[in-house]
Amino acid sequence: MSSRAIEHFDDKARATLEHAGRTTIYRGEILRHPVYDRVLHWSIALFFFLALFTGFGIYLPWLFRWFTPIFGGGQLSRILHPYFGVAFVFFFSLQVLNWFQPMLWAPGDTRWMRNIKAIASGEEKVDPPETGFFNAGQKVMFWEIVAGCIVYIITGTILWAGAKTFGRIAVATSYVLHDISALIMLGGIFIHIYQSTFGEPGTFQAMVRGAVSEAWAWTFHPAWYKQVTGRDPVQACEEARRQMAGGKIP
Amino acid sequence: MADRKALQAEMISGHTTPSPGLGMQRDLEVCKLVDTTTCIGCKACEVACAEWNDLPFSLTTFDNTYQTMPETRWNFWNLIKFNEHQNPDGTIQWLMRKDQCMHCADPGCLAACPADGAIVKYANGIVDFNQENCIGCEFCVSGCPFNIPRFNPATKRVYKCTLCSDRVGDGLEPACIKACPTGCLKFGSKDDMKFIAEERAKQLRDNFGWQNAGVYDPQSVGGTHVIYVLHDATDPERYGNLPKNPTIPWSYTWWKWLFKPVLGTFALLGGLGILFHHVTNGPRVPQPEPPKREENHV
Repeated sequence: MSSRAIEHFDDKARATLEHAGRTTIYRGEILRHPVYDRVLHWSIALFFFLALFTGFGIYLPWLFRWFTPIFGGGQLSRILHPYFGVAFVFFFSLQVLNWFQPMLWAPGDTRWMRNIKAIASGEEKVDPPETGFFNAGQKVMFWEIVAGCIVYIITGTILWAGAKTFGRIAVATSYVLHDISALIMLGGIFIHIYQSTFGEPGTFQAMVRGAVSEAWAWTFHPAWYKQVTGRDPVQACEEARRQMAGGKIP
Repeated sequence: MADRKALQAEMISGHTTPSPGLGMQRDLEVCKLVDTTTCIGCKACEVACAEWNDLPFSLTTFDNTYQTMPETRWNFWNLIKFNEHQNPDGTIQWLMRKDQCMHCADPGCLAACPADGAIVKYANGIVDFNQENCIGCEFCVSGCPFNIPRFNPATKRVYKCTLCSDRVGDGLEPACIKACPTGCLKFGSKDDMKFIAEERAKQLRDNFGWQNAGVYDPQSVGGTHVIYVLHDATDPERYGNLPKNPTIPWSYTWWKWLFKPVLGTFALLGGLGILFHHVTNGPRVPQPEPPKREENHV
């Protein structure tokens, strides 16, 4: 599929879903995620957790055996897990097409990563000025999931078909790689959920309503703010600070 | 077995001397001995197995040998493997080996199985599958060095030889043993069978010229509760892929018992780490924040 065809597909999907749903943007807000982004994100999230819970019941039964009854027992968990996984990979691959361009690594991202300690500790209150639509942390997680999905597909196919088809050593090795991939992704999801809810307040609405406040945008994604509004993020922030000091609500 | 031990007499009324047999230790571990040198390939054991275990009939595949089918199946647990082996001097050996679960002391299937109670190893050495607990993941197939567990796609469960645990539990010998007409199959305690097997191997070496005759009881899986007497114990592969050094994949040994729980715990600690990051460092909020209070010392 040529990149033109992918763009065409994405444009069509965006238009269709924008028509089916809506995104309300109030004054002082910016559009962050259109309906298509959100539908894909929550489809991925749904199947990720279904696959995670069915998988964890098999991964550590002595600790997570209580997961399997939710899905109708061990047998059904085992049957459903690969289908959940396939659905997860399917929706994520649509998201890859959708977000391929903004997820590409930029020189500013390397600087962001070097600065990660100060950003994570909250020492840096505002993200570096070159932080675009996605920051480097988001990009790392995105590409980790891409790599993880490739591992899932290969090892998952081997585990699904079994030792009868691929031999016992292939299955035994795949089983370990499948586990490791899941554990890395689980760690990433912990951080992802934390950052988007309690860690950086004002983020969650981007994925449910689709809009974020301008203050959120110039704080966490200054370069994107500049690109969308044409205003300088630092100046905008200072202006808001002055207004706030003057007793006005920005 | 346990019942018999419990029913051993300890005190007897009106009996002057200590009760007979008190303190006697019954050898708990059972073993099936297969003497490949006296097997005639009659397949009576195959029939007895299918009969006793009430295994449904299925069509076989003819592959130009005497073998009933190429491999055991979920409904065919006991298969005589026929192999024609050419010796270096040009002579042909027609080898017959009864293929079934080996009931390892260190079972790879059990190590691989993630389902609680799906695979049980009894104190008498029998490794048994409980299909009601099996989730059909087939990890046991990759854990087994003898290629024994068989998946039934209709029930999504895995099946194999039970060493007739139902018969053995009632003090009977397995069905295959009962059917064997030549006495090449024997059943008893592990020690007794090992002794008989070694005697037979010595006889083969001393009197019949099989210099490499020996007993197959691979220690790499802790020994097995089915042992073979082979004409040539140095090359078990010739008896239809009997592995010389059967092993359990590392992913079911140190990965599963050490790294899996350790890494799983790390993942959970990561969750705790995030919680404490929040309560110590707090959130990063959109700027500008409201002006701080004057008396704020922090």
